[in-house]
Formats: sequence, structure tokens, C-alpha cells
Amino acid sequence: MAIPVRKFDAVIVGAGGAGLRAALQLSEAGLKTAVLSKVFPTRSHTVAAQGGVSASLGNSEPDHWHWHMYDTVKGSDWLGDQDAIEFMCREAPNVVVELEHFGMPFDRNADGSIYQRPFGGHMSNFGEKPVRRACAAADRTGHAMLHALYQRNVRANTQFFVEWMALDLVRDAEGNVQGVVAMEMETSEIYVFQAKATLFATGGAGRIFASSTNAFINTGDGLGMAARAGIPLEDMEFWQFHPTGVAGAGVLITEGVRGEGGILRNAQGERFMERYAPNAKDLASRDVVSRAMVTEINEGRGCGPNKDHVLLDITHLDPEVIMSKLPGIREISIKFAGVDPIKAPIPVVPTCHYQMGGIPTNYKGEVVVDGNTVQGFYAAGEVACASVHGANRLGTNSLLDLLVFGKSSGNSMIDYIKAAPKDLPELHTADVERSVARVERLNTQKNGSNVHEARSAMQRTMQAHCGVFRFKDMLAQGVEKILEVEKLVKTTEIADKSKTFNTARIEALELENLIEVAKATMISANARTESRGAHVRDDAADTPENPNGRDDQNWLKHTLWHRDGNRLDYKPVNLKPLTVETIALKTRSY
Amino acid sequence: MSMQTVKFRIYRYDPDKDAKPYMQDISVEVDPSTERKLLDALVKLKVVDESLSFRRSCREGVCGSDAMNINGKNGLACITDIDTLKQPIEVRPLPGLPVIRDLIVDMTQFFKQYHSIKPYVINDTPAPDRERLQSQEDRKELDGLYECILCACCSTSCPSFWWNPDKFVGPAGLLAAYRFIADTRDTATNERLDNLEDPYRLFRCHTIMNCVDVCPKELNPTKAIGKIKELMLKRVA
Repeated sequence: MAIPVRKFDAVIVGAGGAGLRAALQLSEAGLKTAVLSKVFPTRSHTVAAQGGVSASLGNSEPDHWHWHMYDTVKGSDWLGDQDAIEFMCREAPNVVVELEHFGMPFDRNADGSIYQRPFGGHMSNFGEKPVRRACAAADRTGHAMLHALYQRNVRANTQFFVEWMALDLVRDAEGNVQGVVAMEMETSEIYVFQAKATLFATGGAGRIFASSTNAFINTGDGLGMAARAGIPLEDMEFWQFHPTGVAGAGVLITEGVRGEGGILRNAQGERFMERYAPNAKDLASRDVVSRAMVTEINEGRGCGPNKDHVLLDITHLDPEVIMSKLPGIREISIKFAGVDPIKAPIPVVPTCHYQMGGIPTNYKGEVVVDGNTVQGFYAAGEVACASVHGANRLGTNSLLDLLVFGKSSGNSMIDYIKAAPKDLPELHTADVERSVARVERLNTQKNGSNVHEARSAMQRTMQAHCGVFRFKDMLAQGVEKILEVEKLVKTTEIADKSKTFNTARIEALELENLIEVAKATMISANARTESRGAHVRDDAADTPENPNGRDDQNWLKHTLWHRDGNRLDYKPVNLKPLTVETIALKTRSY
Repeated sequence: MSMQTVKFRIYRYDPDKDAKPYMQDISVEVDPSTERKLLDALVKLKVVDESLSFRRSCREGVCGSDAMNINGKNGLACITDIDTLKQPIEVRPLPGLPVIRDLIVDMTQFFKQYHSIKPYVINDTPAPDRERLQSQEDRKELDGLYECILCACCSTSCPSFWWNPDKFVGPAGLLAAYRFIADTRDTATNERLDNLEDPYRLFRCHTIMNCVDVCPKELNPTKAIGKIKELMLKRVA
């Protein structure tokens, strides 16, 4: 076996917001950096983010990073690590202003400053009333941001490997990370990318569910690679169901619609959020709104012939506001719901959107296992769990996460590379051989299972057994079922053996990553016998000791799922911020 | 639910096994209540014939992956309704670019032209502590420009780009060029105009306007090109 080796200072897997922001730090520091991406960078899923990126700029009204921090801790249902949350919220104004300097076409206020809109869960003065914190470029903030970051990387001469899929992490005998094995999609050729520092910025894995706002490419590749390499995955039971996916299509409708004044209504035309969140109403946090919607539907107040969705109403807004602030939403609504929102409300339903969990890191982007950093290994963005989102992410905090932790991990990598010996150590080939064998198994499998069928079985199981509301018995059955699906995934067979841009092979390899995420999710969810944030189950009752079913006595801790034996262990939540006082545990209400 | 048959004629070519490209007649059953877009049908076709190769990602018209030639016109499969298309639906790769396999084209030349216009804000004045201020009117100048998704529908529908893909920047690249010229934060207008003052780079646009006709984001590269030409003339005068 002679797998060619390419050598770099740094290798970054993924060219979405986090990967591009990190790449910029490294390229501008003059380090030899390779950025690998399954798709051309501007096709990464950051492009689909709509509503905004949060920062306490205070351009329209007083705001403070400490209030932002409070909201994020509360939004996380106290599962977020308060050091990382403080870091993110303090850094927010800097990284957003920097993005503006990079050329981001933010909307503007009359005084020329960046336009900000209200968003769910973002409040002033420690939870008092909604505040304008979401910096926006119409409802195309992710698109504008991804293009601005790509463009800045063009300026910095970043070296991209476009349409390369990373297959596996390479670790040496001590567990230090040496780089990745990757496949050029056009030729199916396999290379090792050896580097002093490796960053995973591979995004999410929403495609484990049947209905998701996520792109086809969101297949949890970084999570699968990490799990196979013995890195545990943190808090994988926490998945955000976005309240407003277009019913039937799953396409996202930004929370910014409610930020601009949109209202959710049930079949009786009632603004039902007033009953569930009397203060924040339609701008309560996403887990709260999604549960309220599903409760309305379950109790027979859903809309449409099948009473299976609710309505998002903006017909009362000035058409001028819709055209200038929400043009993309209008386009999506017309194309995917057949409705012009100026004239009629949009049918919406909670849809799987974001994974709060991921590869365990600290706020510097370093991967941390058993209290120690894994040498040479970094993760940022949705694939990482810093943990800033805890049990539930606030809208606009994901784009912020990409900027803050993309940058901080880039800086950590620079320091690490500069301190490392000049020459790369000898490549440890055991992981390389395992990776090549994995592809070879796929090329030679006979009488195997069908990729599409195995993937559908996984997606149906996740949807039915691990949704907005979770049930003890269903979770237990879900674990059995997912372990059955795993057997299918181990024997997938493809008929197409072409070496030229073989997307059937790519999809089979992606499924091997998805199944790791599905197992981690189901097994972690089955074990956590409380309700917290996005994880809510029937046997965790709302009692005076455990309000909303949250059991801080037993469950104020992070889950760690290990692929080896599906073992779970736990680590404490860091309740100690960097400079301010702990935001004390409190019952969560909006 | 009643299923509906969709008939296709699809361009197929795998250099590993095909001596030359051919058109494949194939049909697929879709559920018209949930599978309304051309991409839905193609994804379903791939279940029947996994060797069918095409790019796709966001499936909502913002990533620009699934541009193709649909019944003779460039568009995105994910936002094209099946029921607006005459059947059999003839699907081909974007015209004018080398085909890698089936509907997947080599976009190197397209991106090379995009990169050639220096697609980033140039401003050598020291950055202030806060954001650079921009009036709402000035920001409005960027609308209709910054929304480009680099799908290449426009450039690959342009005869001038077909003939001179190495010399003519093409509508997508020129739209981007004007996006930076129009940005009040960019200080390199002169340098950008110099970069385009050439018989081919800008002036091969003969306002055929195919680009405007096919843009899935309803942008107007021809108008942007016209504005660049105006600035060139003003500069001379």
C-alpha cells in the first residue's frame, strides 16, 4: 500500500463559516494550510443561515455582553459551560465588526451603523424584554457571511482542496493527531494530509432525521471520523427542532420573521404563544416554541386538512418591510409553500435543525478528552461542543459560534504549530490502513445491504423515536432499532464501482458517519432521564423539586458517548465564568 | 396518495466506461404532494439508478450546486417545479464547460474568472474600532448584486462566454466586479476598471441578456455590466 502523503502546517476539514474563519487566521499568519471541502466553499451549509449573527453592539438600544451571556446560559438550560459562553459573548462585538471590515454587506440603520433585529431568547437587562441584538443582511445573513469569508480567503491566498472528502483521522500510538486520510471525489484517489495541527469544521448531521432543514451534505463526517478514532461525543441527545420549517418541505423560515413581528397562530387563529410564554411570546427560545406548536397540533388545534401544522402570519406587516427585510423568506414561501406571505400565512412545523452536542472542546477550540487536550486536534462550529449552546441554542448564536471559535481555534493552532518541531514526525500508518480498508470493503462487498434503504431506516427511526417530545419506551426501542440499522450499514454494497466522481460511493461513506451520530444521539437520549432544553421526555415530570422536569441533582452534567461498546460517562458542567460571577441556576420561563 | 410518472431524457457519460456520451430515457414515480421539484425526482431516480451523478446540497436555491440545463434552459433543479416542465424532461449538464461525469461539469474556468476580478473589498485605510459606516442608500446599491450564488447558470448560457471562457470574465464575474465597485467601503474602483479595460474581459458582452433570463435569483448582470461600461466612459471624459 503506497498512499501518497501531502504535508502541511495545518489541515482544516470543512469550508463553512468556522473552517473559513480559522483558515483566514492561519493563512494571514503565513502558515501552509490546506482546507478540504466536499463542496465548493460557498456551497457549505452556513450559506442557508438567514436571520442574523448576535452581538451586543447596542446600535438601536442599550445592550451588554453580560446580558447576552445571561440569555445564552438561560437558553442552554444551564448545561452550557459558562467560561466558553462568557468568552463568546465578550468576543461577539469584535468578530462582527471584523466581519464588517471584511466586506460583509450588513443592512444599515439611518446613522449608517449595522442594523439589528430582535430574536428569540435575546433580552435586555438579564431577561427583562426582547432586545435588538441580531446583526442582519436582510434574511440572507449566512449567505452574505459565507461569501464575505470566502472572499477574504481568496485575498489571503488560502489553499483549497475542493471536492475532497476526509475519510478518517490519523493518530499516532500516543493518540496525538497527525492529520487525515482524504479522497479526491473526481478521481477517487486517496491521500494522507499530514499536518502539525488538524481542525474539524465539518458542521452538523441533521440528515440523521427524516425531516430536517439541513442540506444533503450535513452528514456528520467529523463526528463519524472522531468517533472511529476513539474520541467521545458530548451531549448528543440535544437536537434543536426549529419551530418554523415549511410544512412538508422542511426548508427553513428564519426566526427573524418573528423578530420583525410575525405571529404564530393555531386553527382558531389564536396567538397561542401568549399562553406558553406570556412575556416573550413568539420570541421565546426555540425549544419552548417548538413544544408549544406540537402541543397545539397534538390537542387538535393544528391547521390544514390534516391539522398537522400551524401558521406563521406576517400579513399585518407593511409589505415594504417584507420586501426589504425578508425577501428571501418571501421567495422560499412562494416556491416551497405556494404562498405569498404578504397575502396569506405560511404553513410551518417544527423541523430538525441543529445539533447542540459534538466533539468536546474548550473555548480555545482544543479537543479535550478526560481533562487533557488531544495534541494537534481542534474542532469548531456545529461539529464542536465547547459547550456554548448546552441543551438549547439561541437563534443567531450559531453564526457567532463560527466566527468566535473559528478564530480562537485558528489562533490556538498558530501557537501550537509555532511551538512544534520544524519537521513533521514519522507518519503512523495504522489508522491510514484502517481507512483504506473501509473503502476497500465497500468496493468488494457482495450480497450486501442497500445504502438508500439503510439510510431511510435510520432516518425513520430517529424521527419516530427521538423527536420534539420523547418517551421512555420509544427511546428504549429506538436504541434496539438503531443498533439493527447499524448492522445494515456495516454491509452496504454499491453497484457503481466507477472511479470518476462516484457519488454512490460518497453517499455510502457518509452513511457510515451518520450512523455513528444516530447511535450517539439515541443512546445518550435514552440514558438521560430528565427533561432539559431540547430534550424533553414523558417520564421526567414537572414537580416542585424538578421544575419542567429538570433534575439538577442528578443531571447537571455533560454526556460523553464512546463508540467503543456504546459506553457513556459524564463530566461536570463548568459553572465558573472567566471573569464574572456564576449565573446561578434558576427555573427557566419566558 | 396517487403517484405520478415523470419521464426523463438525461445526458449520461462516465469516462470510466462510456466511449461517448448518450441520452438515457428513464422514468420515475413521484408523490406530487411532497415531491414537487425536479431535484426531488432526480434524487428518486438515483435510488433506481445509483450511477446517475449530479451535485446537490441545500435543496432550497441558496448554495448553487444543482445548476443544469433543463429542457434547453439553465436553472436550479431544486427550485424548478416538475409540473412546469414539458416531458420527457431533457436534462443536460451546463453548456460550454467540460463534463466530468453525467451532469457534473468542471467549473475551474468559471471560478478562475470570478477570482480574476479580485472579489473582496479593498480598503487600505486603517480599520476603525467600530464598523465602517454606510448609509442606507449606499447599502441599497448592493442589492441585486451581493445575492449571487455562483451557480454559473448565467455564464454558461452566454455565447460570448462559450467562445472565450478564458478571456471574457462572463456575467457572474462582472456582476461581482460591480458589487465591489458599488460598495462605498471599497477604494479600488480605478484599479478595478483598469483590470477590465480590455477588448475581451468586459467588452465581449453584447447584451444578449441570456444571463438575465436564466438567473435563478432574478439578478441582472447585464445591468451591472452596463454600469461598469458607463463608469469607463465617464473616466475617459
